[in-house]
Amino acid sequence: MLAAIAFYVLAAVAVISAFAVIAARNPVHSVLFLILTFFTAAGLFVLLGAEFLAMLLVVVYVGAVAVLFLFVVMMLDVDFAELKQGFLSYMPVGALVAAVLLAELVLVAFAASGARGAPLAIAETSGGVTNAEAIGLVLYTEYLLAFQLAGLVLLVAMIGAIVLTLRHRPGVKKQDISAQVGRRRSEAVELKDIRPGQGLG
Amino acid sequence: MGLDLTDYLPIVIFFAIALVMGAGFLIAAWVVAPKSPDKEKVSAYECGFNAFDDARMKFDVRFYLVSILFIIFDLEVAFLFPWAITLTDMPTETAQFAFWSMMAFLGVLTVGFIYEWKKGALEWE
Repeated sequence: MLAAIAFYVLAAVAVISAFAVIAARNPVHSVLFLILTFFTAAGLFVLLGAEFLAMLLVVVYVGAVAVLFLFVVMMLDVDFAELKQGFLSYMPVGALVAAVLLAELVLVAFAASGARGAPLAIAETSGGVTNAEAIGLVLYTEYLLAFQLAGLVLLVAMIGAIVLTLRHRPGVKKQDISAQVGRRRSEAVELKDIRPGQGLG
Repeated sequence: MGLDLTDYLPIVIFFAIALVMGAGFLIAAWVVAPKSPDKEKVSAYECGFNAFDDARMKFDVRFYLVSILFIIFDLEVAFLFPWAITLTDMPTETAQFAFWSMMAFLGVLTVGFIYEWKKGALEWE
């Protein structure tokens, strides 16, 4: 009963906020609605028993990917009046893609409702271990290769991002703390004995 | 279902308190504060002259780089969670293997970390 109420509330919020993502005029608002959609989807994962996935969704998508989206939206500097002018010419293609997606969703929904006795909670694991434990028990030993490959993919992403975007501007004044601290009195200050009536010159 | 939703009661209470706090301040300000808006008051204030253009402008790509580097270490930490809670449940030899497999994973990413540090990607100029 409690789970049913939670499901309907979360699902309704998810659908409404997902609609608001495409309906909002301001793209920053769209991204904020996208974050709300991610949150409610994480709640739905919790209801399915996939707690680790829910945590990942919040940590990775809400914490990081949504921030990236915000940066992209802010970096693009799009003129929305100009953007909307080409809208009608893309409409047939967009409508076609939308129709195909809708047809697929309807097919899946019919197949799922037709399968009698299909398990609802797919993330249940045997032996009373939680989701994260079930992953942890096999990921680092049995699926070692995939795990290490994930590490290498992350390394490639890191190096790629740096190579593609890092540019050092020449002539930027920066604070060099070790140079500051390492400065001696002898190289900074000098005492000159000047006779009265004569300049330094 | 093996899922006990009452475990999530603290989180629900947390969200409820957050909602009440957030909405409460907004509503209190709306109800209590005196309002007499006019055209000058509600317009954008830009010391002395009319606003030139939109507040939205292009950002430095450097923000983006910092964000990407953050995602990568975010994912690294996400991999640590299942490892941390299962390591003590495994038989000793498997646990040792899992431990060193994680160390290799962290080692690979530490190579990347040293690279970005030495490249100066974490510095702001």
